[in-house]
Amino acid sequence: MDFRLTDEQEMLASEVAKLLAATCTGADLRRLLESGEAIDRGRWGQILVMGLPGVMGPEEAGGAGLGAVEMALIATACGYAALPEPLVEHAGVAVPMLAAAGADLEKALFGSRIAVGHPVNPLVADADSAAALLLAVGDDVHLVQRAQVTLTRHDSIDPFRRLFAIDWSPTPGTRIGGAALWAQALDHGALFAAAQLLGLAQRAVDMSVVYTKDRVQFGKPIGSFQAVKHHLANAQVKIEFARPVILAAAASPGSVRVSHAKLAATAAADAATHAAVQVHGAMGFSWEGDLQFLLKRSLALGQAWGTPAFHRARVAGHILSAPLGADRTFDAPASEEGRREAA
Amino acid sequence: MDLRYTPQEQAFRAEVRQWMAAHVPPAPLPDFDSTREGFEAHREWERTLHKGGWGMVTWPTEYGGRGLDLIRWLIFEEEYYRAGAPGRLNQNGIFLLGPTLIEYGTPEQKARFLPAMAAGDQIWAQAWSEPGAGSDLAGVRATATRVKNAGGGDDYILSGHKIWSSRAVHADWAFGLFREPGSERHKGLSLILFPLNAPGVTVKPIQRLDGKPVFAELFLDDVRIPAANRLGDEGQGWAVCMSTAGFERGLMLRSPARFQVAAAKLVELWKERGSDPLLGAEVMQAWMDADAYALSIYATASRLMAGGAIGPETSTNKIFWSELDLGLHKTALSLLGAEAELTAGLPGAAAPVADWLDGYVFSLAGPIYAGANEIQRNIIAERMLGMPR
Repeated sequence: MDFRLTDEQEMLASEVAKLLAATCTGADLRRLLESGEAIDRGRWGQILVMGLPGVMGPEEAGGAGLGAVEMALIATACGYAALPEPLVEHAGVAVPMLAAAGADLEKALFGSRIAVGHPVNPLVADADSAAALLLAVGDDVHLVQRAQVTLTRHDSIDPFRRLFAIDWSPTPGTRIGGAALWAQALDHGALFAAAQLLGLAQRAVDMSVVYTKDRVQFGKPIGSFQAVKHHLANAQVKIEFARPVILAAAASPGSVRVSHAKLAATAAADAATHAAVQVHGAMGFSWEGDLQFLLKRSLALGQAWGTPAFHRARVAGHILSAPLGADRTFDAPASEEGRREAA
Repeated sequence: MDLRYTPQEQAFRAEVRQWMAAHVPPAPLPDFDSTREGFEAHREWERTLHKGGWGMVTWPTEYGGRGLDLIRWLIFEEEYYRAGAPGRLNQNGIFLLGPTLIEYGTPEQKARFLPAMAAGDQIWAQAWSEPGAGSDLAGVRATATRVKNAGGGDDYILSGHKIWSSRAVHADWAFGLFREPGSERHKGLSLILFPLNAPGVTVKPIQRLDGKPVFAELFLDDVRIPAANRLGDEGQGWAVCMSTAGFERGLMLRSPARFQVAAAKLVELWKERGSDPLLGAEVMQAWMDADAYALSIYATASRLMAGGAIGPETSTNKIFWSELDLGLHKTALSLLGAEAELTAGLPGAAAPVADWLDGYVFSLAGPIYAGANEIQRNIIAERMLGMPR
């Protein structure tokens, strides 16, 4: 038993965080927004150079052959930076689906993005800039080229969430898998959404700490007032107790703990972004502040890849049926019952 | 990261489980605060544990421990709570003072106090708070005046008024925070160990809101104590106490197993009596929080075993477990409905009905003792997040 990250894992997380701190500032986000483009080509190019799309790809296909723990660390860094590009769903959901289905991975690992139309999500994110899409017909998974579908955009309050309804017809030969592939996708999607929520929660607290040190009222920085401190301390408590759940869920994907991780991270992001809005005062709900990017992403990701109600049903299915106890922390029970319940 | 127990860890779990199955009393002991009889029954249990080598498994073998690592301590605690073993009478000693003695004690002090503590021969109380010094602990006024004794050695004369000392009604010893006369705030403080039957010590029980005498006031009138009973350097008491507080908040005061077992019982209660979906959501939250706390403590234990140190992040633990405990018990009372207020339940009720009420009253204190949660929030904001003081 050793619940620590390895040095390599720590280093990977720090390298990704460094790249995004340098290339994904508030000014970068605003520039991309004004350009109307889906992707910042310079930043995406550096993401490719680091090999991030292939983190979970098998080594024999040219991927890094790493696991969900590494991907969760990357997703946390992406959340912290409010990264607009769809790296997390591509690398954390689509690539493992293609790998599990035995599909050709070459393009997906080195530049072409795959969008995922999971039945749990009503719309498909980032379908317009994708080369291909994974779409559902009943329990079946189809790999469909972008040219074969018609897209209708639905505006999200998060300007970087490009959401689409898809109009398409299955053709013979596009089916690559069934329900098991969707189940794996849901676990990955929910887990890495949780990791992004954790990252953005920490960013909201960190931004607030900086702001409350600078902002002076009554002759003092407002961060010296206990009422302000306690808002942020409460958010930090939620963050501290979401993080190990996410890491443990990543270490045993397919366990009901993925749902716990999603719920805990959603609660932490909710607490952190709302505390941040409050301590930023009017700046917290203005267009001018960067906090808006975090708040909007939090709103979106909290409901994506299974709403809190969906994940609570999975947790309920587990605690009502499985043996519980202090000696079972690391049993990593499968979430099959919960899945059937939710379905 | 490897979240699997090694075969050795699994064998250790099996060993604890087997011993507990053979030794845990079949019926609950009378509680250790209400009567001397209950206190002594628990002391006897501490002795039984010690004879089995389970007094404090992480301590070095020469002090009555097994020299085991923190993961094994967690496994031990899981099996301890799983078996429904009695509450640890000497918690103040083994979990709080013990680690501080190991860090700051002289070899003589360790040899003198640790084995007796592990064996249950000396049961400890904490004597820190005063009527005027609660959250603001640096405001303590009780004094330790250094004097020569007849043999030419040094003694302290302790004088003052301590309050809210858990277990002190029946305990044998106390560890207290005292100041050099004339000193102020964090300076001039020393941590001094003294027997509660020393001449000049008066113990006056204080009743909890349900009438149980769970703590006491201590009046110290010129109590003479050898200087050899000072733990750590003279004037360094604040640093020594903060080390104790680190263990208290961080790791050992509330082991995760306690809440996991309570959460599992809450789930059973929900199965029997749950119909309100709002309460269902609370039950799930309690179960998840107990799981999150366990994972967090495993992560901390792994870090400490690799040479890491306890830091201000332990303040998040104290807030988390105390609010989890209170929330869990409030949910249980809501599930019990009109029966919740009955101190013995309805005629024929199973014992757990009354246990929930007792657990609830106990949990009310969690956000207050070991540093009020508001103080912990200040520590998080200032020392973890770097906000201005």
